[in-house]
Amino acid sequence: MSPIERRPRIALFIAALLAPAIARAHLTDTGLGPVYDGIAHLLMSFEDLLPVVALALVAGLNGAREGRLALFTLPVAWLLGGAAGASLGAFAPPSWAPALSLLGLGVLTAASVRLAPPLVVALSAALGLVHGSLNGAGIADAGRDATGLLGIVATVFVVLALVTALVVSLRKPWTRIAVRVAGSWVAAVGLLMAGWGIRAALA
Amino acid sequence: MSRHGLRCLLLAVGCVIAWPVIAHEQQGQAAGFVTGLLHPVSGLDHVLAMVAVGLWGAQLGAPAIWLLPVTFPLVMAVGGFLGLVGVPLPGVELGIATSAILLGAMVALQARPPLALAALLVAFFAVFHGHAHGTELPAGQSGLLYSVGFVAATGALHAVGISIGFIHRWAAGRVLLRAAGAAVSLAGVFFLWRAIA
Repeated sequence: MSPIERRPRIALFIAALLAPAIARAHLTDTGLGPVYDGIAHLLMSFEDLLPVVALALVAGLNGAREGRLALFTLPVAWLLGGAAGASLGAFAPPSWAPALSLLGLGVLTAASVRLAPPLVVALSAALGLVHGSLNGAGIADAGRDATGLLGIVATVFVVLALVTALVVSLRKPWTRIAVRVAGSWVAAVGLLMAGWGIRAALA
Repeated sequence: MSRHGLRCLLLAVGCVIAWPVIAHEQQGQAAGFVTGLLHPVSGLDHVLAMVAVGLWGAQLGAPAIWLLPVTFPLVMAVGGFLGLVGVPLPGVELGIATSAILLGAMVALQARPPLALAALLVAFFAVFHGHAHGTELPAGQSGLLYSVGFVAATGALHAVGISIGFIHRWAAGRVLLRAAGAAVSLAGVFFLWRAIA
């Protein structure tokens, strides 16, 4: 097929790409039930998604064993934190906690700090408990079905597994440097997020 | 169209069609991200300074090639933080213009200071760029997504500088690179004059 013959098809393809239907987005109301709402929430909430990716970067840089530890600790802690947050919403951690987790995990990634396995477990547990309890408290405040937590936790597991596996598989030095650069970006975002939090509190 | 081509087309269309999903908890997410993404590229002074960081990193080689672009966004975030919490920083525009002058001069002169000094120079000027970004979020937009956007845009500008800087491998490329540095430096002089005037 000549390039000229391909043009109508290419035009059709581009037209299809440029013609999405209405998307008023998003979060907790997909219309498909609370589990899907939970899945959509995590994928569309950077304040929850970024820390999961950041932990995956840290754990992946530390190796397959640490990656597996994070993979099985974080979702469990997230679920426990979510259950606690849903029932004890008033005791949920402060809203600046996600900024702190981003900053900390970003710095650990950028510096490529070698972490002992118990520390990876502790970090994963702390992250899961903090973010899970914030999610749980949010669900309770909105009067929504707590089974949404299952969707969130399942997505946490999948995202963590994919990103950790990718990082563990990296062998070339420049690819690991790229991961560290990504960590520095995460830390920068965490610091700025803290700034937004303080600015909102001062306003 | 072949069957395979048709399947690919259908798959692509299926992937990009966004069905109506109404209701939302957070407002201004996409706008915040786009504003953040465009902010660093909206001013030539920002663009030239950040590209110059990449050029200089490429000129210096490893480990500066990745250390400088890591240092800049991190310290820029410190500047952004200061701006967000209301800590005033005098002479922000002067600092940004001076960053273009000095970083361009480093490239033009092929300066090779100790790594710590190079990082310190980049970090010092990153504070001014970050402060400018941190104080300019339009109301009603997501601060987090704005931050993600401008950090990503900054990184992309460094990557552009590094990519251009790879011409350093060739003799003619080295001359071109130094000329580019001189051009950045001259543009910085113009920005400085405009900031003072």
